[in-house]
Amino acid sequence: MDFMVFQYPMISVQACLDGILLGILFALIAYGMALQWGVMNIINIAQGDLVILGGYIAYFMYLYGIHPAWGVIVAPVIMYFVGIAIYKLVINKVVDRDLFISILATFGISILFMQLMNFAFGADVVLANSDYGTTMLFNNNVVLPNSKIFSAFISILFAICLVIYMKKSKLGRAIRATAQNARAAKILGVDTEKVYAATFGINAALCGVAGALISITFTIHPYMGLPYTIRSFMIVIVAGLGNLPGVAMSGMGLGVFEEFADYILGTEFRIGSVFLLLVLILIYRRFKLSRKREYLK
Amino acid sequence: MKNNSILYIGILIFGIAAPFVFPAFKVQLSILCVLIVLATTWNIQGGEMGYNSFGNILFYGLGMYLCASVQVGMFFPLAEWTESGGEKTFVHTPAQFFQGMAVGLLVAAVVPTIVAGLIGYSILGLRGHYFAICTLGLGVAAGEISGGIEIIGAGQGFTTPPFPDVGSLDSRGEFFYFLSFFTLVLTFIAVRSIYSTRFKLILNAIRDNEDKAEAMGIETMKYKIIGWMISAFFCGLAGGIMGGLVGYIDSTDVAFDGREMGVFMVLMAILGGKGTLWGPIIGATVFHIFKEGFWTFFLGWQYVALGVLIVVIVIYFPEGIMGWLREKYPERFGEVVDEKDRKAQVELK
Repeated sequence: MDFMVFQYPMISVQACLDGILLGILFALIAYGMALQWGVMNIINIAQGDLVILGGYIAYFMYLYGIHPAWGVIVAPVIMYFVGIAIYKLVINKVVDRDLFISILATFGISILFMQLMNFAFGADVVLANSDYGTTMLFNNNVVLPNSKIFSAFISILFAICLVIYMKKSKLGRAIRATAQNARAAKILGVDTEKVYAATFGINAALCGVAGALISITFTIHPYMGLPYTIRSFMIVIVAGLGNLPGVAMSGMGLGVFEEFADYILGTEFRIGSVFLLLVLILIYRRFKLSRKREYLK
Repeated sequence: MKNNSILYIGILIFGIAAPFVFPAFKVQLSILCVLIVLATTWNIQGGEMGYNSFGNILFYGLGMYLCASVQVGMFFPLAEWTESGGEKTFVHTPAQFFQGMAVGLLVAAVVPTIVAGLIGYSILGLRGHYFAICTLGLGVAAGEISGGIEIIGAGQGFTTPPFPDVGSLDSRGEFFYFLSFFTLVLTFIAVRSIYSTRFKLILNAIRDNEDKAEAMGIETMKYKIIGWMISAFFCGLAGGIMGGLVGYIDSTDVAFDGREMGVFMVLMAILGGKGTLWGPIIGATVFHIFKEGFWTFFLGWQYVALGVLIVVIVIYFPEGIMGWLREKYPERFGEVVDEKDRKAQVELK
């Protein structure tokens, strides 16, 4: 336990700003999860591994001398096709089935990806250095790497573009129609199979963007996928499906929580506290819902 | 009925003779016993009750840590033991080792049961995928947190007491084999007697439609918690034995290993057939043989194989071996099949 964070207010400011910038990234991943959860009713445990895969794409560009920031454009394009491949091979067989089947199947994909990435890229913790420098605030007491600001900015940009795309384009309308009622959409001539594939592809592409940004700002490692899945799941259940401002807010809240947990409990408990928070939120939700059920009596 | 008793006696004789007939496979057979116990008890709440948990690994790991800590802590200071090299300073005498093991296993079984009872009320109220994800989080959180606690070895691991020198070199393998085989027999008898009572029917009612079961006047929450506690009891016991068998406890790689053991128990039960008595046993045996083959001949690719296996089993084989047999030979399972129906089915194919 370390309470320095309360004695020096500047550390709190630092933690808050870090957390908000981090949380915007989480919110982007959670947006992808909310999209495919809402449309296909599938919880994708491999979400975090798609993120890490996107990160490795940016990292490899960095290794070959291209600035990793271009990964933000390359990673989603590659990840879109990876997502469609996963959909065609596995997901389309579990869409209409029991939710547990889909959880287990995507868990299998997650283990597969983890190990393949471990073979392909090695088990080292890596990061793509962007050379963006840092910004000093508040009389040099708060240090913000420019890469974090850049990544938050890009995340917001992608989220806004996607929202507009979902509102205006034909495919976006088809996706929203399928989410509301897949059968009715089918009757009215929407090719739901294609919509599902596109949804999963868009989700994977979002993961790719987030992964590329994570490889610039933080570090990536083949086994670090599951925490991202859990974080996005948590953000979605706190915000509710289809509530975008809620996703953004709860993402930032989670980021701030994590930074404070990091300062107070120590870095070794950071991931543990995220998972514990998930359990606590689910329990809270269960009691809230059961109270609601009692009113009906 | 007569066939069954011959079968049981045959298995019992095989189980007792196995370590002497196949001395090289003693450790593998003990692990198989532990795997069967885990799959069978997962099946109680996963298969019969319909609450698919990824978190039984919590009780397994808890049992593992508790058993080892009690075994050490009864005689020596625990903190000094877990400091690197501590296990070389203190040596258990045979009497101390077995006493510690007995008390340790008792604690390893009872404490997870109590934990399951305490958290059961809040967690078993979650339904479907929320329950699955919550238990997944619980297992990982336990691993991460125990990896930060200094007194049980933190990140560097915890060496369980080495087996004392009692004369023969084979005795370690035999001791752990018979311990795990005895646990397996105990589990089987317990589960079999549970499955012949009204309790099992209640669990099945909860699986099929919980709201209706509640409307029929069954206190579903009570039975769900009891079902989970039974699972936890045997998971803790299995964990305690496995800790002694492996000889080394690491928070995320051995004890709370959600990526291996936590998935294995689900997979074994599904492979054999959820919601049957023999399914998890057959599933665990088939899985263990497959796994050992793969782990030996394709070292490094085992997780790739595991991932593919999970996807294939879940998508193409969700009914499991027992489900497949049941469809093929319904008479053996006591179902009466109309001759006309069968002909119609054959024609359809």
